[in-house]
Amino acid sequence: MPFSRYLRDRKTRGYAIQAVVLAVILLGGTWLILNAAENLRRAGIASGFAFLDKPAGFEISFKLIDFSARSTYGRAFFVGLTNTLLVASLGIVFATVLGFVVGVARLSRNWLLSRLAAAYIGTIRNIPLMLQLMFWYIAMLTPLPLPRNALNLADLFFLSNRGLFMPRPAPLDDFWPVAAAIVAGLAAAIAYALWTRGHWRRTGRRLPLLWPVLALVVLPAAVVRLIGGPALDFDIPKLAGFNFAGGIRIPPEFLALWLALTLYSGGFIAETVRAGINAVAHGQVEAARALGLPAGPTMRRIVIPQAMRVIIPPMTSQYLNLLKNSSLAVIVGFPDLVAVFAGSTLNQTGQSIETLSITMAVFLTISLAISALMNWYNRRVALVER
Amino acid sequence: MRFTTAIALALTAVAGIAFTSPASAGILDTVKARGQLLCGVSGKVPGFSAPDAKGVWSGLDVDYCRAVAAAVFNDPEKVKFVPVTTTERFTALQSGEIDVLARNTTWTFSRDANIGLDFVGIMFHDGQGFMVNKKLGVTSVKGLNGASICIQNGTTTEQVVSDYFTANGMKYEPVAFESADEAAKIYDSGRCDVYTTDASGLAARRTTLSNPKDHVILPEIISKEPLGPAVRQGDQQWSHITRWVLFAMINAEELGVTSKNVDQMKASKNPDVRRLIGEDDSVYSDKFGLTKDWAFRAIKLVGNYGEVFDRNVGPATALGLERGPNQLWIKGGLLFAPPLR
Repeated sequence: MPFSRYLRDRKTRGYAIQAVVLAVILLGGTWLILNAAENLRRAGIASGFAFLDKPAGFEISFKLIDFSARSTYGRAFFVGLTNTLLVASLGIVFATVLGFVVGVARLSRNWLLSRLAAAYIGTIRNIPLMLQLMFWYIAMLTPLPLPRNALNLADLFFLSNRGLFMPRPAPLDDFWPVAAAIVAGLAAAIAYALWTRGHWRRTGRRLPLLWPVLALVVLPAAVVRLIGGPALDFDIPKLAGFNFAGGIRIPPEFLALWLALTLYSGGFIAETVRAGINAVAHGQVEAARALGLPAGPTMRRIVIPQAMRVIIPPMTSQYLNLLKNSSLAVIVGFPDLVAVFAGSTLNQTGQSIETLSITMAVFLTISLAISALMNWYNRRVALVER
Repeated sequence: MRFTTAIALALTAVAGIAFTSPASAGILDTVKARGQLLCGVSGKVPGFSAPDAKGVWSGLDVDYCRAVAAAVFNDPEKVKFVPVTTTERFTALQSGEIDVLARNTTWTFSRDANIGLDFVGIMFHDGQGFMVNKKLGVTSVKGLNGASICIQNGTTTEQVVSDYFTANGMKYEPVAFESADEAAKIYDSGRCDVYTTDASGLAARRTTLSNPKDHVILPEIISKEPLGPAVRQGDQQWSHITRWVLFAMINAEELGVTSKNVDQMKASKNPDVRRLIGEDDSVYSDKFGLTKDWAFRAIKLVGNYGEVFDRNVGPATALGLERGPNQLWIKGGLLFAPPLR
């Protein structure tokens, strides 16, 4: 084939154009990197990733993994990362539950319930998240009383401007037998539940479910507990010096961020859920009614599964928003990845290019992972044409 | 808000580093061509740099930048004050968004050696201190074991407090914010037992709390915090200009030259004075980049160190700071500038 024919061939030309564009992008990227490196060298600014192995020299108050001022910047990165993941995943779980409840309530035929849900959705979706965050932190949580005047619930839970303190369960010697009994009871309960379902299919008759299951879970554990001694002790927070000691503490910074993210995304998820449910053809509900199916099972077995197909894609973007919004943490002084790494670390080392690109790469990676997971789930619930 | 803009600024600064071509004109020429000095300040620390209700800037850092502008342009108003956060400040300087950083910045080894900065001198000898509510009844830093401490992230303060508490076997809970403003505000709300920053900053912040009299600054100073202006590394001429404007302000006070008497001083017979204000140009060279009466302009239009100190942070101001270590060496302080000869 002569060369001019190649030029006129649509496919070949398409490939050629793509190749040229790709080459330009790659060359441009390479030039940017080399030029930045050259500028840094000339300006006498340290570059590279050696700083990750150097001691950070600052403390982080909220951490899921061990960290002290002698730990490295690399370790500080992981503290920030786990904090971001914690608040984002708790936010996602609770926002989803809240969103589903409110979304369904919004469609309820109960006037008060649906109006309340509408008011919540309308308010929360129309106020900037940052203001809500500041509201929870500055207007609600920090004005709480000092620890010595803390709001006290049954001498077990204390709410003060230092956070929420609650008893920490501490296993005693007899903990494991009781725990084993509970696990065994749970297994038996699940087996029983599965068997009743089979029985229902075979005979069309339903056996009682709730009471046998409760008995199976509670009775063995109770017997073991009575034979042995107490299984759990609770480490109850007590006032000591400036603050409470003992128990579990949730600092107000975390509470504020988690509350704001949950309530904000919950509002959006509720709308997504409502849209998904409305998208299910009304004939489906009528058909279910015609077959004599009660309202609960109609919702659970007919409407929601079909609504999921509509709900999942926008839900993915709500989850991604929540993750990205978690970087507002610095406003309330919560040490998330951005505050610890793109804040303290950037400033202590002065290596802005490295810290910012690592931080951006991390958010990109987590976002892509969430998308991949949601896409996989979406394919599972998607309508399979036969 | 602030943080998003901070990140955006940091990103543009990073882009600035990535996109600008390595070869560029000298900073002095750039500043002259622009007709304005870009001075990076905190913008929120009364006495150091803050605009008043009418938008007029004042403060020690502000007056230093005015002195540089006076030396360069013969006009102290040819300065644009650019508020930068602690996170942005070094990147803003590195990328050329500002010409001088005068932002209560501590001169440290790592900042000098690793991040492309040149500190031009010490403008204010400071040290880190602690402020607590009187109600706590704490009289010493040693009594702060287990306290919550409001702090600004990315500062030397953040590391110094950690060193100090570790060395003394004490525990604390840091609550770190992006801006000193917010850290102080949250301290004021009672969320933290302690607010810590440089002692001068504590005095400045205390004036902004809801009940300044309820708060006490603890006597211990736990670190050296030499605060000074910084410029980009690699432009000797600009480093010299910014350094010697500061030295000229200090030398002027030592020689008794003030903004009010500087005109009469032209008749002075003291050779040190004559060299300072350019009447004797035996030490002057064109390499410096400014005309020989550069220091005269800075002193006449802005003032000597003592005048600037008294005007902004001295005993007669809301901050009410004594000279202390910022007194001239001949009066028992630490202020000592190399001679103009």
